[in-house]
Amino acid sequence: MERHLAVIEREEPRIGAFLRVTEDLARSQAAEADRRLASGEGVTPLTGIPLAIKDVICVAGVETTAGSRILSGFRPPYDATVIARLREAGAVFLGMTNCDEFAMGSSTENSGYHPTRNPHDPSRVPGGSSGGSAAAVASGEAVYALGTDTGGSIRQPAALCGVVGMKPTYGRVSRYGLIAFASSLDQIGPFATGVRDAALVLQAVSGPDPRDATSADRPVDVLSELEAGVEGLRLGVPREYFQVEGMEPGVKATVERALLVLERAGAELVEVSLPHTDYGLAAYYIIAPAECSSNLARFDSVRYGLRVEGENLLETYLRTRRQGFGPEVRRRIMLGTYALSAGYYDAYYLRAQKVRTLIARDFEQAFLHCDAIVSATSPVVAFPLGAKLADPLAMYLNDVLTLGGNLAGLPGVSVPCGTSEGLPVGLQVLAPQWRDATALRVARAYEVARD
Amino acid sequence: MTDSRWEAVIGLEVHAQLATRSKMFCSCPTDYLGAPPNTNVCEVCLGLPGVLPVINRRAVELTVRTALALGCRIARHTRFDRKNYFYPDLPKGYQISQYELPIGREGRLEVNGRTVRITRVHLEEDTGKLLHAGDALETAGESLVDLNRAGVPLMEIVSEPDLTGADEARDYAVTLREILRAIGASEADMEKGQLRAEANVSVRPRGSTELGVKTELKNINSFRFLQRAVEHEIRRQIRLLESGGVVVQETRGWSEAEQRTFSQRTKEYAQDYRYFPEPDLPPLELDPAWVERLRASLPELPPARRRRLVEQYGLPEFDAGQLTLDAATADLFEATVAAGAPPKQVANWIIGSRPSLAPEHLAELIRLVVEGTINREQGLQVLEEAQASGRPPGELVRERGLTQVSDEAALAGVIERVLAENPRAVADVRAGRQQAIGALLGQVRQATGGRANMKLATEMLRRRLGS
Repeated sequence: MERHLAVIEREEPRIGAFLRVTEDLARSQAAEADRRLASGEGVTPLTGIPLAIKDVICVAGVETTAGSRILSGFRPPYDATVIARLREAGAVFLGMTNCDEFAMGSSTENSGYHPTRNPHDPSRVPGGSSGGSAAAVASGEAVYALGTDTGGSIRQPAALCGVVGMKPTYGRVSRYGLIAFASSLDQIGPFATGVRDAALVLQAVSGPDPRDATSADRPVDVLSELEAGVEGLRLGVPREYFQVEGMEPGVKATVERALLVLERAGAELVEVSLPHTDYGLAAYYIIAPAECSSNLARFDSVRYGLRVEGENLLETYLRTRRQGFGPEVRRRIMLGTYALSAGYYDAYYLRAQKVRTLIARDFEQAFLHCDAIVSATSPVVAFPLGAKLADPLAMYLNDVLTLGGNLAGLPGVSVPCGTSEGLPVGLQVLAPQWRDATALRVARAYEVARD
Repeated sequence: MTDSRWEAVIGLEVHAQLATRSKMFCSCPTDYLGAPPNTNVCEVCLGLPGVLPVINRRAVELTVRTALALGCRIARHTRFDRKNYFYPDLPKGYQISQYELPIGREGRLEVNGRTVRITRVHLEEDTGKLLHAGDALETAGESLVDLNRAGVPLMEIVSEPDLTGADEARDYAVTLREILRAIGASEADMEKGQLRAEANVSVRPRGSTELGVKTELKNINSFRFLQRAVEHEIRRQIRLLESGGVVVQETRGWSEAEQRTFSQRTKEYAQDYRYFPEPDLPPLELDPAWVERLRASLPELPPARRRRLVEQYGLPEFDAGQLTLDAATADLFEATVAAGAPPKQVANWIIGSRPSLAPEHLAELIRLVVEGTINREQGLQVLEEAQASGRPPGELVRERGLTQVSDEAALAGVIERVLAENPRAVADVRAGRQQAIGALLGQVRQATGGRANMKLATEMLRRRLGS
């Protein structure tokens, strides 16, 4: 643990993965872990292992801001369920990692505090929104990290930083204590350097939670198939996912080589089709902002966080929210408010929900012909800081291969599969709902075959 | 209204706090009354970042019971929606409510023999309370927020605009309260804010089928105020229209002090609540078998019981109405009659103040009075003692020697003595001053230690004096 605090001290000026390092908490948890290890009681695979936590997951007593100025100074009086489970397991909390404000973004440049840099090339972004968590693991600052994935926010930064990241099936991990961006899409998941570690973390935080009505009462078996290999598995290659706008040839070639590795390891590659892929981005950018416009209404300066006084209540609301929210958050609140407004609801929100159903059906159809779907995680490698800030649509395209998994509630893993232009490329494995074990199995099999 | 050229069209929205122990979406208690501000709260009902709601099953059950009691169709698939608006008493910036798929719809409530259609019954959460240093949020120098009430389960019952007058509006609300109490859905105490009524009032030329512009009356916290507010509002609208004015669609409050309604907020534009399905809660599936079990477990409801008491026991409507104000009173009545006391007499003994006596004992007491063993006054005395000691009235009567003097010979002796001792009163009676007979009866009562059968004594005295 001291070693990790030292790495943090050395790397942070270059990377900026953390918003807050909780040294005192980490030291007391490490001491407690040492007692457990000495006595042999309450020891789990995570006991004494230091992790980093995305700043959207509430840790009791530790300032948690969702990367936003509007929550500056907010110390939750309660633990998120995943945090309570990790405490129980004897984990060591290194601190809160940087992210795009309220997890809205694909580069961590939308943080209300500072950007995070990619450990492989500090002139480039780490991806986002969980860029701080990905960078902390990639730079060796933390052994593993928690992130959240609403449209690709774990898988895309994992790909860009060259680490493993997993978004579990929606409902697998409790969202209680996760500061919501888009409630029907958000899911907490792990970052690690290898698939096995990611699976261990997922196993520890999974399972039904009486505080989250959308968490599922399903057996947690994410480790059951981990080393089973891909011999005899059919892996679907969705043709639409290799033809998306802006796909870099280097990324495509790297992923195609990875598919050959899987084929040599015994998998059968089959072409599948996800015909509504082109509509996914539009549907996502209606549904997610709609939910966000409602979820973020509570930040009104009355009970916690930032307060900028005005002449009257309305002015106080307006000033606080104008100063507290960054431009991307404000843009999405406006988009979402519009999409839910009387007269537009049917044309936007309702239609987007129909598209969502069609996309889920695409996957169901595809999974009739294969056990998992493989593709690139991101169509591009890490891009220079500032490159896409002026063009929100170009930024949104980063999520085009990942957000389908969120719309359909599927589990997805991104595993490093080589480089393009010297920068990491991620292979995405998507599996049917509740088949988290299968997604991890394929990713693990690739990892073994690659090495 | 008495004005024959106009008719009123009234619909009521009633909010009832459900009789659950915990709040709608968290485990905080619901008995927040008297608690210091912001102490009956947790992270969930405070709407802190990251929290999620969990549905209170009991609240769903009580809402289904209510919807069943009102004859509603019960939704098989229902869900919660978010109603979005900013107000400091709403910690999340949205209220979790039901919009498109309420638990119950298309019910009816019989009020004084007329059927009022129920549009919908749905479930939602209550807001906090604001205390303004000033008149209103907009003008107050400071406002205080108390979130103790935030998240308390609230049921909204919306009627069609079927009510035609202020009395009927009040009677609708009273009948509704009886039902809510009878099925245990709500304590429905208006003074405690457990029952809140809002009236939508409009008037139109009698016979017209078009609806006039309506106003919405709020802040009504008693049945009497409801009646007065509606009555005033109908009169105000008629006056306005007759003098060539127009009714403005707005929210109006009721000032009891000034006995008038006053404008609170004009609805120049409709508030857009941007309803959408609550993504934090899965859709709610109401199992038809469970709904049927709830239907079967409903008690007989006050309006039906009232009709039955009239038919079965031959009681006057008034008595039946009084007896069915709460279930315990009606239960005592029926059990006492079953134990062998005459219905009308039982009603007389129960209405006004319900004795806390076992039905068998009450029946015994009433029989002692009816059969003339003791008089009514003695009966009240025995009732008091029986309530205090729990002993059978017959035993008390025997023990205290409380039997009334009904023996004509004994009474005749007493009467002769009293007449002899009060010649002036006797003369007065003979001179036609009937009230003097009361003084003589008082003497008879005194002479027998209160035990005289007064009915018999009165008869004998009149006979003796030929009056």
